[in-house]
Amino acid sequence: MSEIAVDILNMTKRYGSFVALRDVCLSIKDNEFFTLLGPSGCGKTTLLRTIAGFEAISEGAIKLYGEDIADLPPNKRPVNTVFQQYALFPHMNVRANVIFGLQRLGQDETTARARVDEVLDMVQLMEFADRLPAQLSGGQQQRVALARALAPKPKVLLLDEPLSALDLKLRQSVRQELQQIQQTTGITFVFVTHDQEEALTMSDRIAVIADGQVQQVGSARDIYEAPQNRFVADFIGETNLIDVAVSSVSGGYATCVLPGGDVQFTCPAAAGAVVGHGHLSVRPERVSLVKPQDGLLRGVTTRQVYLGTDMSVDVRLEGGKIITLRLQNSEETHIPEIGDPVGLNFETGTARLLED
Amino acid sequence: MAAQIAKKSTSNTSTYAGLGVFLMLPSWAVIGFFLVLPVGMMLIYSFLTKEFRGGVIWEFSLNAYDQFFFDRGLFGDAPPVIEWTYINIFWRSIWQAGVATFFSLLIGFPTAWFIATRTGPNKSVWLFLITIPYWVNLLIRTISMKFLIRDTGPLNEWLLSLGVISEPIHIINTSFAVQLGLFYSYLPFMVLPIYASVERYNFAYSEVAADLYASRRATLTKIIIPIVKPGIIAGCILVFVPSLGAFLAPDLLGGAKNFMIGSLIEEQFKGNAGNWPFGAAVSMILLSMVLVVLTFYARQQAKEGAR
Repeated sequence: MSEIAVDILNMTKRYGSFVALRDVCLSIKDNEFFTLLGPSGCGKTTLLRTIAGFEAISEGAIKLYGEDIADLPPNKRPVNTVFQQYALFPHMNVRANVIFGLQRLGQDETTARARVDEVLDMVQLMEFADRLPAQLSGGQQQRVALARALAPKPKVLLLDEPLSALDLKLRQSVRQELQQIQQTTGITFVFVTHDQEEALTMSDRIAVIADGQVQQVGSARDIYEAPQNRFVADFIGETNLIDVAVSSVSGGYATCVLPGGDVQFTCPAAAGAVVGHGHLSVRPERVSLVKPQDGLLRGVTTRQVYLGTDMSVDVRLEGGKIITLRLQNSEETHIPEIGDPVGLNFETGTARLLED
Repeated sequence: MAAQIAKKSTSNTSTYAGLGVFLMLPSWAVIGFFLVLPVGMMLIYSFLTKEFRGGVIWEFSLNAYDQFFFDRGLFGDAPPVIEWTYINIFWRSIWQAGVATFFSLLIGFPTAWFIATRTGPNKSVWLFLITIPYWVNLLIRTISMKFLIRDTGPLNEWLLSLGVISEPIHIINTSFAVQLGLFYSYLPFMVLPIYASVERYNFAYSEVAADLYASRRATLTKIIIPIVKPGIIAGCILVFVPSLGAFLAPDLLGGAKNFMIGSLIEEQFKGNAGNWPFGAAVSMILLSMVLVVLTFYARQQAKEGAR
């Protein structure tokens, strides 16, 4: 069992009567790449800012390696932040920006300089050390912000959507670099993003946040394959939500009846799923096309979209519900014409009954 | 696309081709009429001979400058020694203007900070309030100040009634009164440029500084002040330079002992006792001092910009 780096206990943050974060509980492990993922306005940045100390919490506790830091000002917390807009000090060159934190910590000049060289080398900015921020490209500025936050060897590094200002190509290469830096330094990263691809590819674990509440915490695979509720299933990737009648739930499995039908089957169920009316999540790539009479569901093809490697096909069920499926774009795949009656099938193990 | 833009821009320049000189005329006229002409006249007058009832005789003379720097005795035939009277007036003026600038900065910076950090319409209300007194003529304001601070004025009465003091403080006709007058006259010139700088200040810098273990003090001295420095320097220049040449505050609040350059110059052009060449020479000396300071500042700025 690894050590807990950041422990957030029943934390609530209010602005007047507005509740920005409600009863948040999170345990971020030592040496972990942990991502806070959610749509804009969900409270993920506020959560990051409470860890950094820029926002005072209304209730609960924040512990850093066991020590309660909720009452410490930002300059007394051994965490550093990479800000979304970098906010490099415009009147200082790269070196001065990076050494700033070390000087405030009272490190002697020689040690500090050596550390600056070390981090500048890590982010490959050695040759730009004497430039002013205005003389750097966006990508370079982003690296300086990273170097500046890494230089004091924080116990936890907080990153507030650091890639959102970069263009797509650059973003992809910086992702790998960030991951690599996290692994070599062994610093716990808490990364905020609204980009699910970023979250899925980089993180050890992800907390999905919506409406100021943690919806689910888990690895990329957990969150994608075993979403807890409708929000998570819908927000991460694409999914089909099918109304089902649930006849029994036990031991993580549920027995459901599909709409318009007599077909009863058993599938995995989220922890909060209950008997009665429920929602089944089935990923588009898990649905396969079969002859109408062989399918769990039957419908008519209404749309097909060419996506390069894939084809996306929409099928309208008898009740009017649209199901989307992904088919691999290859010679063998039979793509139905619009208007064709088709049957839809899926492995019941890949469907999941959600908490409602 | 790029070629199109390039083509367009050439056609734009050709619209005005050959008209450059005419388009410059208005600005040349303004600069020539309001800057070069008066300063040139002053420069010429400072090298002319004085006419006893004011005015000048068109005859070249260095007397005005000589009078400023050297004392040649009552009849002008003694060996020259350095004349300290006017140099002392200069020193006093620099000191008075410096003190006024210092206190303007001390009060003006927090004021500007306060206004710049208000949100929404409050900002404009505060700015408006700062400028309201300046709709009243400077002379009237300086006289009002005199009434406020005189021995039997409201300030002393108030302090007496509160029991803070047992007898009136004598403020009027002291150098402090002059400093107060200058401070009051030019405070908005300190507040407004600093406000403009602070307005543009990105408060994320302060957060980053705090995140990087900077105390509030370190954030102020290492981050905020260097970033808003252009506003601070502009404010200091805008207060210091007019304070240096001010004559209303020293005349009305300072009395005879607190004579400043402005009053000295004013006296040379007033009535029959005046000495126009001497007044012009003192003005030129003041102007060259200010220019030296501004040039030094401009050089410094250029150096920092190139870094």
